[in-house]
Amino acid sequence: MENLWRDLQGIYVIWYRDVLRFLRNRARIISSLGQPLLFLFVFGSGLSPAMSRLGAGQLDFTAFLFPGIIAMAVLFTSVFSAVSIVWDREFGFLKEILVAPVSRTAVALGKIAGGSTVALFQGAIILLLAPLVGVHLSLGQIVVLFALMLLTAATMTSFGVLIAARMRSMEGFQMVMNFVLMPMFFLSGAFFPLRDVPLWMDILAQANPMTYGIDPIRQVTLQKSIPEAVLETIRLHPIVTDVAILAVIWLSLMVVAVWIFNRQE
Amino acid sequence: MNAIEVHDLVKKFGDFTAVDHISFDVRQGEIFGFLGPNGAGKTTTINILCTLLKPTAGTALVNGYDVLHHPYEVRQSIGLVFQDPSLDDQLTAEENLQFHAMLYGVSRRDYEQRSREVLELVGLSDRARSLVRTFSGGMKRRLEIARGLLHHPRVLFLDEPTLGLDPQTRRHIWDYVRALREREHITIFLTTHYLEEAEYADRIAIIDHGKIVALDTPSGLKRRIGGDVVRLQTAQNSEAMLRLRTNLQTDVLLDGNEIVLRVPQGDQIIPAIIRTLGAPPPIEVLSINLRHPTLDDVFIHLTGKAIREAEANTTEYMRQMMRVHRR
Repeated sequence: MENLWRDLQGIYVIWYRDVLRFLRNRARIISSLGQPLLFLFVFGSGLSPAMSRLGAGQLDFTAFLFPGIIAMAVLFTSVFSAVSIVWDREFGFLKEILVAPVSRTAVALGKIAGGSTVALFQGAIILLLAPLVGVHLSLGQIVVLFALMLLTAATMTSFGVLIAARMRSMEGFQMVMNFVLMPMFFLSGAFFPLRDVPLWMDILAQANPMTYGIDPIRQVTLQKSIPEAVLETIRLHPIVTDVAILAVIWLSLMVVAVWIFNRQE
Repeated sequence: MNAIEVHDLVKKFGDFTAVDHISFDVRQGEIFGFLGPNGAGKTTTINILCTLLKPTAGTALVNGYDVLHHPYEVRQSIGLVFQDPSLDDQLTAEENLQFHAMLYGVSRRDYEQRSREVLELVGLSDRARSLVRTFSGGMKRRLEIARGLLHHPRVLFLDEPTLGLDPQTRRHIWDYVRALREREHITIFLTTHYLEEAEYADRIAIIDHGKIVALDTPSGLKRRIGGDVVRLQTAQNSEAMLRLRTNLQTDVLLDGNEIVLRVPQGDQIIPAIIRTLGAPPPIEVLSINLRHPTLDDVFIHLTGKAIREAEANTTEYMRQMMRVHRR
């Protein structure tokens, strides 16, 4: 019982530290907006004319891209904050946590909670740009979006912890970036609808957890902005199906991440 | 009960034996030094004692708890200061201490008093609310020591506590460590590869290639290599040597124009030398010089080499980068 209490304290400390660091670092919050803004307005506006056939001509490409950019912010923040474990373990505060009388399970769960929360904040900041791309959101939609972002963030942070638990140096990080993160982002339906794509891409996209994060986020975001029939043409699964699949992936990744984190020396 | 009891401890990484059947006890309240070159097994031993690594064989008890079977009790009863900084430098000194208190289950009321105490001990009371980023390397070390003490540990582990600090700061850290022993009645286990710092320890274990090659007090270790060297010049060297041989019953050699005596306790033999040579008819003494053997001499005597320089692998390189930032 006392151990459980200590572990909960441990989870809280690790979570609180991540949140505190995020809130304190205003420069990082502002600079983290740079890339999404670039994608959204330069990339989005530039491709808009060429993509005019999207959604039978009733869907602006920038609006289509917007949920993808939210997911991008969530994905990158999640994985980065999880992978920071590698650096932190060798030269930072994590070492202090690892020798404290709290279990490894608590450390891993705390890190997943912290990374998810920070990623949720980051996604929420992007969400503030909605009016600029002509997307209008009700309070109800925002609440649902928060839940979806959190689920996506938790999935991707678990994935990040899973990678980081076995990584010993920051050299491996660039490889994760090039061979895992970027493909995950491009094959997630963030940039283009995953309808009528080649079979190989379809298979990879179906195996990509991010696909099930972006699909419902897009449906909820655009719900009120475009006709139901148009939405039908770009979505992959009903929201409930997406959420169910994502939840299963999240739980499996988290269990494996905690297990591997416990086994490392 | 000893603070630490290690029996036949072995740690292997694959084929490499980092710690090779070592045994030693650390008494309560002593400063125990682990001296050895980089890669000798010092940090590995500390990591086993603080339950970060599991031993391949052998046993280790810390404060009576087995490191393998009661890791949480061990962790709760020890404080640790790592070789590499483990503070969060985006947080304030106080926040770092608060997080530590929560991780170790220090109650809120106890924390209020204890954090003031430990900050005062290391002379950082006025910087409690500053971001750690603004601290110098020495201040960070001191804060880490304060943090390590926060939960009333009975043993404090210091892994190379002065690594990468300038000589003046190193001396300061040592002043704090010694003051700490007076005030807190705590056992201190430290590793170092600075020979002059090992002198501060009550007892030293010299470790090389994973084995303990000697364990004794600093002066005991030095006595092992034949004691002090006294050199003197006189107006009549041959006459002086004759008298010293008969009166002191010790080896007397001539090295150039200096008489050399090798004696266990040089400071006690000097008055006898003066008396002998001062007896009528007096022989004029031109100069007299006493040299104690250093731990350097001991180390070379025991291991056949000076303390090795670190090999630059990736981790070592990263560590060096961090050190630059810490200054």
